[in-house]
Amino acid sequence: MLLIPCPWCGPRNQLEFTYGGDATVKRPLPDAPMKTWLEFVYLRDNPRGPHQELWHHSAGCRQWFKVLRDTQTHDILASGRADEALPGATA
Amino acid sequence: MTQAFRLPTGGIIDRSRPLRFEFDGTAYEGYAGDTLASALLANGVHLVARSFKYHRPRGILCSGSDEPNALLQLDRGARTEPNVRATTQELFDGLIAASQNRWPSLRFDVGAINNALSRLLPAGFYYKTFMWPPTPRWWLRYEHFIRRAAGIGRSATAPDPDRYEHQYAHCDVLVIGGGPAGLAAARAAAHAGARVIVCDENPAFGGDLRGMNDDSANIDGKACATWIDEAVRDLSDSADVTLLTRTTAFGYYDGNLVALSERVADHLAAPLAHMPRQRMWKVRAGTVVLASGAHERGIAYAGNDLPGTLLAGAARTYIDRHAVRPGSRAVVFTNNDSAYAAALSLSRAGIAIGAIVDAREDSELTGALAVRAREHGIRIVSGSMVPAAHGSKRVTAVDIESLSGGRGTRVDCDLVCVSGGWNPAVHLFSQARGSLRYDESLAAFVPERSPLAIVAAGGVNGCSDVGGALADGHAAGLNAAAKAGFRGPASYAAPHAEPVAPGRLRPLWSVPARDRSGKRFVDLQNDVTVSDIALAVREGYESVEHLKRYTTLGMGTDQGKTSNIVGLALLAEQLHRPISAVGTTTFRPPYTPVTLGAYPGEEAGAHLEPTRYSAMHDWHVAHGARFINAGLWRRAHSYPRAGETPDDAANREAKNVRTNVGLVDVSTLGKIELQGNDVAEFLNRVYINRWDTLAVGRCRYGVMLRDDGMVLDDGTTSRLADSHYLMTTTTVNAVEVMQHLEALLQIDWPELDVYLTSVTEQWSAAALSGPKAREVLAAVVDIDVSNAAFPFLAVGTCTVRGAAGPMPARLFRMSYSGELAYEIHVPADRGRATWEALLAAGARYGIMPYGTEAMSTLRIEKGHVVIGPEADGRTTADDLGMGKLVNAAKWCVGKPLLSRPALIAPDRWQLVGLTALDGAVMPRGAKIVADPDHALPNPMLGHVTSWCWSPNLESWIALALVANGRARHGETLWAVSPLADAKARVRVRIGPPTFIDPDGERLRG
Repeated sequence: MLLIPCPWCGPRNQLEFTYGGDATVKRPLPDAPMKTWLEFVYLRDNPRGPHQELWHHSAGCRQWFKVLRDTQTHDILASGRADEALPGATA
Repeated sequence: MTQAFRLPTGGIIDRSRPLRFEFDGTAYEGYAGDTLASALLANGVHLVARSFKYHRPRGILCSGSDEPNALLQLDRGARTEPNVRATTQELFDGLIAASQNRWPSLRFDVGAINNALSRLLPAGFYYKTFMWPPTPRWWLRYEHFIRRAAGIGRSATAPDPDRYEHQYAHCDVLVIGGGPAGLAAARAAAHAGARVIVCDENPAFGGDLRGMNDDSANIDGKACATWIDEAVRDLSDSADVTLLTRTTAFGYYDGNLVALSERVADHLAAPLAHMPRQRMWKVRAGTVVLASGAHERGIAYAGNDLPGTLLAGAARTYIDRHAVRPGSRAVVFTNNDSAYAAALSLSRAGIAIGAIVDAREDSELTGALAVRAREHGIRIVSGSMVPAAHGSKRVTAVDIESLSGGRGTRVDCDLVCVSGGWNPAVHLFSQARGSLRYDESLAAFVPERSPLAIVAAGGVNGCSDVGGALADGHAAGLNAAAKAGFRGPASYAAPHAEPVAPGRLRPLWSVPARDRSGKRFVDLQNDVTVSDIALAVREGYESVEHLKRYTTLGMGTDQGKTSNIVGLALLAEQLHRPISAVGTTTFRPPYTPVTLGAYPGEEAGAHLEPTRYSAMHDWHVAHGARFINAGLWRRAHSYPRAGETPDDAANREAKNVRTNVGLVDVSTLGKIELQGNDVAEFLNRVYINRWDTLAVGRCRYGVMLRDDGMVLDDGTTSRLADSHYLMTTTTVNAVEVMQHLEALLQIDWPELDVYLTSVTEQWSAAALSGPKAREVLAAVVDIDVSNAAFPFLAVGTCTVRGAAGPMPARLFRMSYSGELAYEIHVPADRGRATWEALLAAGARYGIMPYGTEAMSTLRIEKGHVVIGPEADGRTTADDLGMGKLVNAAKWCVGKPLLSRPALIAPDRWQLVGLTALDGAVMPRGAKIVADPDHALPNPMLGHVTSWCWSPNLESWIALALVANGRARHGETLWAVSPLADAKARVRVRIGPPTFIDPDGERLRG
């Protein structure tokens, strides 16, 4: 079971969190073309290796934040606020 | 029968505490300190089981958790348990065990016919035979019989009477295995200052040294038993050390989380009152020291499964630890030195040794143990093998032949002790993503490296003697403590034992086959033979993972602890590849079987999930309410009076709302307070309709969409003050909506000045509804509630007068029933007083409480949709008749994708109302079709989403989603439910979804 470092609460058990998907996907502007919206809603990469993802500390401080996790090893390489770039993240 | 095979002295059994037990209806006696297996052997009982596939007679092979054969049914009433390993079950007084997989009896088992027919039952038999004819229908027929033949043991049928616990723990160093290496590691780590947990699956620490009677071995100049006692005392004296016996580390997970199964009470007839039966530990360890030892493996020869065949180490354990004589005349068959220790124990116990048959040449027998055996005058037959054992329900003789050929001799014996070498118990290391290395000298896989903080020590590293294990364990303990940040003073010296020079092992996996009849077993639990493996390879199953699944090698409850390595070595031989190139199958949790009850722990039954109650719950209970679950909430379904069914009650309550007035508990609605300067803008973005025009003191109905355009939730939001709003969500969606809003604010729009607080628990809410609602309300509140002063969709604050004094309240004029209605919200601790005040004031107006069933009837009559039945995740706002709410002038979440062609196609399923013609009941989950007699598959036009008897219309009505439904008003179609009942069909007339007061005059009046 993952030990997830919440930027506010420190390392906590995975049971306290909800997964939120790819953190590199940005919500398009309201007037973006349909194609952009379709990609935002439906298309996700499935990388092997480091993956920036969103987690919600739903049974804790209720903050959404970013985690850089290796999808192959489950190692957590970094975590940080939702509105900041993660150290070591490429995208 | 009184323990005829018990030695007069020795062992760590307590001869002053005899224990009675029963096996297959016969009474026996054993001693405290026995396992069920040692007690059976003490009574001369070797035949204890029938094998899985061939129903062959089987005895006890091992002395620990690796046992493949001796799986018994432990009969304890509701606690009955199948597949209990006799070798790990501690004996208790009154234990009742029975053999499995035999009929009518263990000695005479009809299923043994499979053994005679074995040439018809090769590997992959099921796959080959039952795939024809190739239709699922035939497989289902076969399966019925196969399943009946395949099961062994019976599961309990009564509810589990026991309690199970979960325990979280943290430590710097977790030591798995409390043998010499584990104890040395734990002491080294503890003396360095680390917090240590040590677990061992046995009832006491000491590992293979426990109870061993070997006068030549000593540690730090003391007897092994003395050193163990001192080590355990030293550890238990430390406040930072936790010692866990009867505790198996069975799973290794991410983040160095190790799951342990502690069998708190399985060694007792039943748990004591204060005890759980088992406790599951979830340990987050800084570093893990894996000191799990090694499992002995056999050699495949014909008849190697006969009762009376023991692994050499197990025979030694039964003699030394349990003072049991497992036979009178033994033959030892080995390819390594460890069996010589067993031979010396046999000799000390007075068991005659026909011969030690050693596959190695005489010149190779230079190890210290081999030399000692020779000095004892034990006959050693080198360069030889046992090609076959003889006997029917117990071994009676073995053949001995030179490996280089020539005539063999037959030697009488009733005990065969086998050793084919030792497999380090690398399971948890592999689970920790550790790589394994094939060690040619051990002929076994040993730990190589893991990306996680785990250090292997002792037998699992291939150490074969106590001295080596102690040194390795000590070093591992210091290493583990250092990894966790503890580099304490080196005042604690490593324990020392004289090393024993080992002789070299000569790999021998199976002996050559002499004829077809003699089965050479590899996996005893699943009856996999050498020939099965050869057949699988001939048929192309060359990957070790394919071999496993095709032959079922290692797929029993023992997970092939004694057999896997033998099996893959034979695969390598067949393929002419090195064993290292064949590799192992994947090791997965659990290491040994874990009782299912331990997984949920306390979270079972009523504690499976939390239960949420409103502040009025006790009142509902006191007034005879029937309850239903709504998410985690318990809600009043209806309030049946004497002689009423719940449905009668709901109909009475629903009718009373339309004629008089009713009161319903709506505390369960999700309530979210929004504060900040940008709330209106935020609401504009998350709801389909406009919110910047909402004035203070007003509320509005709103619909939220998911990003894909489908309806997510609905509810009302009220503007309490300039920058203070209150949103309500549906009961079951409250958590999801809160998370959705938090994601938008924190991730996408952090620039918006909006703060969210969930206040669902803080406020109780009741809805007062019906033509007389205003009179009732006016009698208890301190504000003017006339239509002019407090019109439809007004919001305000007031004080409710009740028996307990004045109560501050929020008042909302909104209606779900379609009648004149108000919602009154009060702080939760005033919920019940307010509820009672409203009922008291309403008494003269005929007020009745109503439950969710009446509420549902009222909303169906009114055509209000519910998230779930109507908004089922595939419906748009337009499908539900709310397309006009989607504001054209602004953007909102989900709007960009609403214009996709499929979402605006004319044949979308749209919300309609159905009225049953001919007064028929609407079938549950009915499909809407044009012709009920159309050949199947009957084209489906839609389905019924909600239905009810309308006491106000005196008709069965329903809401439904029907293709192009809004253009079909007036049409007659059929609602059918062939799955529920072939004759369930009702003629229905399609109309608008609002059956009552379509213009909304009542709720505005």
